[in-house]
Amino acid sequence: MFESIDLSLVNWSRAQFALTAMYHWLFVPLTLGTTFMIAMMETIYVRTGKPEWKTMTKFWMTLFGINFAIGVSTGIILEFEFGTNWSNYSWFVGDIFGAPLAIEGIMAFFLESTFIAVMFFGWNKVGKKFHLLSSWLVAIGANLSALWILVANAWMQNPVGTVFNPETARNEMTSFWEVLFSPVAINKFLHTITSGFVLSAIFVIGVSGWFLLKKRHVVMARKSILVAAIFGLVSSAALIITGDGSAKQVARVQPMKLAAMEGLNDGEEGAGLILFGIVTDNEKYPDNDRMKDIAMKVEIPKALSFLSFADFNAFVPGINDLIHGNEEYGIMSAHEKIKRGKVAVDKLTIFKEARKNDDTQKAEELKELLISDDFQKNYFKYLGYGHINDTSFLIPNIAVTFYSFHIMVMLGFWFVVVFVLALWFLHKGTLHKQRWFLWLGLLSIPLAYLASELGWLVAEFGRQPWVIQDLMPTTTAVSNINASSVKITFILFAVIFTTLLIAEIKIMVRQIKIGPKHEEKGGQK
Amino acid sequence: MINAISYPFLQEYWWAIISLLGALLVFLMFVQGGQSLLYTIGKTKMQRTMLVNSLGRKWEFTFTTLVTFGGAFFASFPLFYATSFGGAYWVWMAILFSFILQAVSYEFRSKPANFLGSKTYEVFLIINGLMGTILIGTAVGTFFNGAQFSLNDYNQVTWQTEARGLEAVLNIHNVALGLSVFFLSRVLALQYFDNTIDDKEINLRVRKQLWINSIPFLAFFLYFVIVLLLKDGFAYDPDTLDVSMERYKYWHNFMEMPLLFITFIIGVVLVVWGILSDMFFKPGKGIWYSGAGTIVTVFALFLLAGYNNTCFYPSAFDIQSSLNIRNSSSSEFTLGVMAIVSLLVPFVAAYIWYAWKAINNKKIDENEMNEGGHKY
Repeated sequence: MFESIDLSLVNWSRAQFALTAMYHWLFVPLTLGTTFMIAMMETIYVRTGKPEWKTMTKFWMTLFGINFAIGVSTGIILEFEFGTNWSNYSWFVGDIFGAPLAIEGIMAFFLESTFIAVMFFGWNKVGKKFHLLSSWLVAIGANLSALWILVANAWMQNPVGTVFNPETARNEMTSFWEVLFSPVAINKFLHTITSGFVLSAIFVIGVSGWFLLKKRHVVMARKSILVAAIFGLVSSAALIITGDGSAKQVARVQPMKLAAMEGLNDGEEGAGLILFGIVTDNEKYPDNDRMKDIAMKVEIPKALSFLSFADFNAFVPGINDLIHGNEEYGIMSAHEKIKRGKVAVDKLTIFKEARKNDDTQKAEELKELLISDDFQKNYFKYLGYGHINDTSFLIPNIAVTFYSFHIMVMLGFWFVVVFVLALWFLHKGTLHKQRWFLWLGLLSIPLAYLASELGWLVAEFGRQPWVIQDLMPTTTAVSNINASSVKITFILFAVIFTTLLIAEIKIMVRQIKIGPKHEEKGGQK
Repeated sequence: MINAISYPFLQEYWWAIISLLGALLVFLMFVQGGQSLLYTIGKTKMQRTMLVNSLGRKWEFTFTTLVTFGGAFFASFPLFYATSFGGAYWVWMAILFSFILQAVSYEFRSKPANFLGSKTYEVFLIINGLMGTILIGTAVGTFFNGAQFSLNDYNQVTWQTEARGLEAVLNIHNVALGLSVFFLSRVLALQYFDNTIDDKEINLRVRKQLWINSIPFLAFFLYFVIVLLLKDGFAYDPDTLDVSMERYKYWHNFMEMPLLFITFIIGVVLVVWGILSDMFFKPGKGIWYSGAGTIVTVFALFLLAGYNNTCFYPSAFDIQSSLNIRNSSSSEFTLGVMAIVSLLVPFVAAYIWYAWKAINNKKIDENEMNEGGHKY
């Protein structure tokens, strides 16, 4: 089915997608959260008529606009990259994946792009209420666009609501609602947008803290911190709840990812959650450099079992259980899955040959078998394993997944501390005197970006080698192009996006230094 | 409700939606046309600022339409998406790079400390204005002239040239369409400037440029249409889906779908009337006729490419690999679900129209640029 896979092409294609996605993800989270805070500030302005709220709204809008432009710029390539670099994947999943993308365009992007023009240029052209409505619609549009792309991504992590059609050699949707409301999709969406809200809140607190350190725009800075700290704290609560939900879903549908996140080689009942550890080579498996050990680990006993299955004594499978199987806990071995996957691939190949040779009787007999419930559930479900020859290939990069997960979680809790302290100092009226805290707030900005990128790494590195869980390995999803072409575009993207990032940071810093333009009473400049 | 609608109808419905999005995209590329005219129309910094701000309030519509066009193609005809994007790698990459540069240029151009300087961002806009229009037009030309690909039994594409799609520029008929789109986008941009900017010098230059750009547009467009109607086309048998060459296929399509022919003629007449109106009768109003005419004409051309058993993405290398709306579409279920979603389109169009009018209710002039509000 897929002959002569060029690993260099696969690696460059993965590197390019990772590069473009990670650059895009630098800008999106700030958009997701600042739009809501801007809408909240403008709402207060419209309700109270106080010009300082309009000043704040406009100032944060300026920063949002700079960030939004580069977010759009880095985003367009992602949609088309599915086709340019992952064309086999595009055909295989187009029937499912394309629909959310199209809906994203019709429902979300137009909402965002239409009302963003009103938001920026409509201050003196439309009424206050229409302008406020536009700001809210931009916030809703931005977050709606995240919904659809994350529904598509969640389907790749947990393909539901579809069947394999041997005639077209692709998966086809049978239930839109199952795809849209899959628990993986819901958790992924809520966890991702709330992580964006937290990043935005940290950004606003950090920048406002800088104004307080410089004793400039003090009133605006304090009010901005108040809005951001409340918004951030509420978002953090949602982030923790959805993070817990995501962990449970990963335990259910991607147990290998969970094992890699915790570096769990051998499954256990009452498994502990690692708070701290160092990834080392595993001497027990000298021939398999993918297996790792966790040294110097500090654990919370039984917490992993509880977080994964809401049961302190539940069995959490380790990498070895998933590779070699565990009869006691009903876990099928990877070897058995590979066997079944190869049966699916072979039968499909014979079916295609029969069709090609106009052997209708044979083709129809095979088709009946291929579309039967039994074959779909017991063989096609493991179609992707048919392309795997070495079981160690099924183990994701443990060091990247483990460290990304643990650092992300630690930073998430650090941000809660920042929000609580900000509210506490505001309540006490001493925020402007707490220079150490204001510096910490400022220094937390890059940490928020780090946490956000690490979250992406956990999700995407942890699911390797699958582009679609159990159905399609990344190696078979690539377009049939020269690795050298992808190398060239990788370098072009790296140069262009890095240049634009430098420009963005320089513009953003300058705009912050310039500060807000104060509004006069009555709301006009 | 969807169960009552047949699969062939859904395939035709979605080709019509794709055609409409393509038509809207070509109209909205007046933004690119305007970018290519920045230094031709704007002789001073202030004039260029007015031009950029006039276009800057619309660039997102073009961008969003392009993204939606891609998303809708992916959703409704995923085999085209996989074949064309995965095969003609360099054409699409070139187009995308130019749009990446465009997206930041409006916002960054006038900002202090913008790292590359205002002129660089203006050059980015010009690059996008040239490459975006010519390459998209040339790529759409392959809908009629074919591309160099083959598909295996699993619908995996193999492109047959090292140029990866760039070879399309060697076909003069493709290039004629690319240049038609380029000059049309400039004509529409000039009409848009006339409609939205209040500046005597700009308005005078616009009228002069309207002549200079309308003539090559009409010449390239006429050449494209005449050759199209005289050329062989890729037809398929509706029962077996076998592909064969048919003489005067597109002419036959028009004759067999007279309503489409009338629509096409109405579109062309509207475009020409809009140009003449700006030149001789009511300057500043022509964009409404030419804009509507562009949408109608391009819509008809897309339908011509895909309806009446015609392959909309023919393979010049292996004609049996050619794509048509029957063999490249999503499943009946998916097309049905998305048909329901598409009912939102009129609502989306209505709020775009309302917001557009609200923002454009006053012409841009120097005073507004000096007021200190948000500007590009």
